[in-house]
Amino acid sequence: MITIVDPGVRTTVQDLGRAGTMAMAMPPAGALDQFANRIANALVGNGPKAATLETALTGLTLTTDTDCTVAVTGADVDVLVDGVTHPTWTALWLPAGSELRIGEIRGGAHSYIAFAGGIDVPVVMGSRATDLRSGVGGLGGRALRSKDMLRIGQRTRAVEEGRHLPMRLRPALSASEEIRVVLGVGAHRLNPESLRALTEREFRLAPDADRVSCSLVGETLEIAEPEDPEDTRRPDEVPLAFPLGAVTVTGGAPTCLLRDAVPGRGALAVGTVITPDLDLLAQVKAPDEVRFTAVDIDSALRLRTEHSDFVRTAIRAIA
Amino acid sequence: MTQAVATVEPQYFMLPGKARLSFGGDEFVVVQLREVIDPAVGFDVKAALQVQAIVAALASLDMDGIADVASTHTGYTIRVRPEDLDPRDLIPVLIAAHQKAIAGRGEFAPTFETSIIEIPVFYGDPVTEEVGARFRDRHPSPAESDLEFVARVNGFDTVGELVDAHSAHPFIVTFTGGVPGNAESLQLVPREMQLRVPRYLSPRTETPAGAVGHGGNTTTIAPADAPSDAQLLGRAPVPVVDFGNGLGTDGSPLLLPAPTVMKFTPIDASGFDEIAAACAAGTYEINRADIEFDLQAFAADRLAYARALVGELQ
Repeated sequence: MITIVDPGVRTTVQDLGRAGTMAMAMPPAGALDQFANRIANALVGNGPKAATLETALTGLTLTTDTDCTVAVTGADVDVLVDGVTHPTWTALWLPAGSELRIGEIRGGAHSYIAFAGGIDVPVVMGSRATDLRSGVGGLGGRALRSKDMLRIGQRTRAVEEGRHLPMRLRPALSASEEIRVVLGVGAHRLNPESLRALTEREFRLAPDADRVSCSLVGETLEIAEPEDPEDTRRPDEVPLAFPLGAVTVTGGAPTCLLRDAVPGRGALAVGTVITPDLDLLAQVKAPDEVRFTAVDIDSALRLRTEHSDFVRTAIRAIA
Repeated sequence: MTQAVATVEPQYFMLPGKARLSFGGDEFVVVQLREVIDPAVGFDVKAALQVQAIVAALASLDMDGIADVASTHTGYTIRVRPEDLDPRDLIPVLIAAHQKAIAGRGEFAPTFETSIIEIPVFYGDPVTEEVGARFRDRHPSPAESDLEFVARVNGFDTVGELVDAHSAHPFIVTFTGGVPGNAESLQLVPREMQLRVPRYLSPRTETPAGAVGHGGNTTTIAPADAPSDAQLLGRAPVPVVDFGNGLGTDGSPLLLPAPTVMKFTPIDASGFDEIAAACAAGTYEINRADIEFDLQAFAADRLAYARALVGELQ
């Protein structure tokens, strides 16, 4: 059993997320940074589907009453075991009775804490991921609170303390990220100057980001006025099952829809972040800078393949 | 100052019937049959039914690599596993599906399998009336109740006539948005008979679970207590979402997935209590029938076809 002493800013149980639930307005949920989640599991000898803890920024403190192996990946944070600093992206021994704390954060936004055996919560609709919106998955469908207790599953294989992801394969966290998007959906309904501004100007993360979306501050993006001024029809009133990573325009500001977003209306989708770059988006926080670069579908699919190859290389390189 | 910037324009593919296809990153394909909407007028039933026919045609192909398909009143989104299905390869498949849904005649007439479900509704129930009364400051016409307002703007003299119009002809669910179970539906009646109403000026922070609301030209049943800007008409005693036990015929959590057809039947306070108690005890038998929805037959005579669908119920 692990016991949450302090959940910090926001801690949830997450995994790969769900597929096949979009039609029922249930979001994919799952780890915002899928690479960090995957590597955390690999470091402690878990399979890819094991559930981890995702924590935003800093402050998570927990204790364990059994010996276990853990790894913390994602953001650049101090990992403190009974007050002693340990490295991220590394398998650590957490003896029974010890306390693990996420301390100072220097870069990034989300950390993943994997326990050998995985977090043992019931599988709902094919996943253990917390869906905060529907109130299902994880522990009671909600973010963790102090005194919450979580079971750890059966460890499948023993791993050695100190196993780590080589430095060269760790993401270079930056306060200025380039995010690649495929333009489309309602992009043609933006003013041409606004469409250009989307990919040519810099935007800053607004402080209200959560697991549903992150909004950006910068040049105001305008939806083109209808040719006929009497025309009261609007493109942002059309309901849409938003793609994961959709870049939408609401009230003139671009917003990226993340893993807890569901079909809805009231926003004009103008593009979609490519899958590998969703991990980058998970690690930016206010007031970090984001620049969008447009790529076509052919490039997006090529970048996806390259990223999959990279993930495989990284898992093989864990030593 | 001139700067050499490689620009990538948004890429679109037009499908039969002027539907617009584009790629949502590397995993999603987005198709829109309608791209603009007047919230005061609402959604076009014909387009919403075409979407359902196309989505059903796609599902019947049982293609490997499709992870998810979600429809709305105006279009649909497909999520693929690109390792199993290149999203670019969907274009010819969708051209064929659209061609059939739009131009289908005779033996190629578009249809989809679904079911019709009877939903009892306590119109003007005290619980939703009380909630509505507490949020008059957000209402476009605070002096009237929601039911009075909806009746008046639709030209009915009495609330009773509105209830008759709402319950006489069935609705079809064509969008689930916001939260699981929130089944947005359109009434299967001619355009001029659609009930249309402005929404609250700003959403109520409360809506009782089971509340039947109408906004624009769509009716919804609130799956759980949540904010909503729909006009409150009454309350249904049957739960529409249950992750524990499952309400759908296939064990899915939803009672009313798209494209379920719903027939509302007015009940009174004692009827409501009786059904709510039966639902809680697990003894309530939902009145449900499997149907095949035929777009061509519906287009030929909307009211006659809607009546025939209702006739399939016990």
